[in-house]
Amino acid sequence: MKQKFDIIQSTCIPLPLENVDTDQIIPARFLKATTRDEKFFGDNLFRDWRFDKDDQPKADFVFNQPDFCQAPSEGVHQVLVAGKNFGSGSSREHAAWAIAGYGFRVVISSFFADIHKNNELNNFVLPVVVSEDFLAELFATIKADPSAQVKVDVPAQVVTNLTTGRSESFEINGYKKYCLLNALDDIDYLLEQKAKIEAFEAGR
Amino acid sequence: MNTLFDKIWDSHVVSLIEDGPTQLYIDRLYCHEVTSPQAFDGMRARGIKCLRPEKIFCMPDHNTPTHDQDKPIEDPVSKKQVDALERNAAEFGLTHFGMMNPKNGIIHVVGPERGLSLPGMTIVCGDSHTSTHGAMGAVAFGIGTSEVEMVLASQCILQQKPKSMRISVEGELGKGVTAKDVALYIMSKLTTSGATGYFVEYAGSAVRSLSMEGRLTLCNLSIEMGARGGFIAPDETTFEYIKGREYAPKGEDWDKAVEYWKTLRSGDDAVFDREVCYDAADITPMITYGTNPGMGMAIDGTIPADTAKKSLDYMGFQAGESLLGKSIDYVFLGACTNGRIEDFRAFASIAKGRRKADNVTAWLVPGSWMVKEQIEAEGLDKVLEEAGFAIRQPGCSACLAMNDDKIPAGKYSVSTSNRNFEGRQGPGARTLLCSPLVAAAAAVTGVITDPRTLMD
Repeated sequence: MKQKFDIIQSTCIPLPLENVDTDQIIPARFLKATTRDEKFFGDNLFRDWRFDKDDQPKADFVFNQPDFCQAPSEGVHQVLVAGKNFGSGSSREHAAWAIAGYGFRVVISSFFADIHKNNELNNFVLPVVVSEDFLAELFATIKADPSAQVKVDVPAQVVTNLTTGRSESFEINGYKKYCLLNALDDIDYLLEQKAKIEAFEAGR
Repeated sequence: MNTLFDKIWDSHVVSLIEDGPTQLYIDRLYCHEVTSPQAFDGMRARGIKCLRPEKIFCMPDHNTPTHDQDKPIEDPVSKKQVDALERNAAEFGLTHFGMMNPKNGIIHVVGPERGLSLPGMTIVCGDSHTSTHGAMGAVAFGIGTSEVEMVLASQCILQQKPKSMRISVEGELGKGVTAKDVALYIMSKLTTSGATGYFVEYAGSAVRSLSMEGRLTLCNLSIEMGARGGFIAPDETTFEYIKGREYAPKGEDWDKAVEYWKTLRSGDDAVFDREVCYDAADITPMITYGTNPGMGMAIDGTIPADTAKKSLDYMGFQAGESLLGKSIDYVFLGACTNGRIEDFRAFASIAKGRRKADNVTAWLVPGSWMVKEQIEAEGLDKVLEEAGFAIRQPGCSACLAMNDDKIPAGKYSVSTSNRNFEGRQGPGARTLLCSPLVAAAAAVTGVITDPRTLMD
């Protein structure tokens, strides 16, 4: 969903696993939907890790633990913190819809798979790449205090672990930042480029 | 600098956005039923038409059943998605190869075999295995649904230019070693994120010696090492394959095209952001033991000591053990990775004169109707039938189990597909990725077997 970004300050949900692939984020059997119903995808985020085959919550999965089971809302659990190489595998944008649909605004990791990173950005979920050190410290912070908060300042491009005070700047190109701050998407931009496209075609 | 990737990419740049991505022109968009409906919805919501409908080809493949395709799909949800593609294609004036159309099949099998994917093109599809088409000497990559909508609307996409990487494999491939083994070997060395951020050019004498089918398999798996795409510079093998195919240039256009295609190679002075080189002699038939495609080893190897416990628990394996002789339950031959004629020839070469093991359920699924016809023309169906195997109808099938071809929980599936993620072939299914030769050896013995022991 198109929404403006500014400063997000929130508690986090930690997922300290590496190589989380998009088949885990949203299993293939949920890809049969023909509409972009974010609630449907959000309800099935990490389906087979969150629920057993009888649709009962698996107690050991972080989303079901007392400290982290509250659904995201302003300032609460709006940030997913994940191990490196998050979103590998299938290009399914449904994975980004599921993350957005659950209520996450930001995903912090030390490394994202390419296609998934674009998919998050195209759905107004901000992938924030931090150093391995920052990530390890943040996991430790959340483990010690599940109510620990991070601040993600999009205009300044700075992410801060508010418990330790550690800050890091993160990258986002000027164009995409403008889009996120103003809730514009790439298609809005491309539709204004018809003359350039026709000139390119004529020049081939 | 001066790589083939630069040449193709740069010749498709419409504009550069300051401190932003590149606006890249796309020559071919493929749409399948799973990742396109929301893009068409978006087009309707914006009230716009496709800018270049003639460059867009649609076909269902993920949901299609692999039997009785002449009857309506039984699963109403699958049927709805397949029907939506047909309706959307008609509404937006796009070419559609529906189920039972002789041109239907897995998009990444159909594109090359119909001459729709050609050297020098930019090709996209809402599917990570779009990298397959790179085997034709094209820049081909998977995109998300929002990006599908971009291309539907403007025939362009906004992308950051990836870095370039060359992976060379030099020397001769040994007995029983196929393109699939080369890819699994590279992944086992690079890991599933080793090439993230890069576009890969495959080179070296072992790559050059591959047939087009083998090249398609290798490029198909680029995404599994994290690369956005992978390609091979076009050569005589490529031109020979394309010549005469339905949508390929003909007559004078053909001569002109080949003349241009011959210029599509990296310069001798090309500089890559990263280069790696492997020795073909180090590669053996491979198999995976874990829950991502980078977790592969030589078929006669042992599971590494540092394997993640979560993966081992899921697979029911232990570090340090060999997989040879382990009993298996299912064999799947097919997918955009290994659903081509050469894969069926390889499988049949092992199956010939032997029998399917009683404990094995085997699904042999051609990648397209064209592949199925060729199987029958070569009499491979008879060879396989005599060995107790049946050929099914084309589609993605058990690769991701969106149709009825699901591996039951806990069962071992020896599979020629591309992903062994948890639950990929059905909730709880345990997948071991391998080549068609390894799959055939497992199918006839009922256990994991080194195919070289069954080859002349």
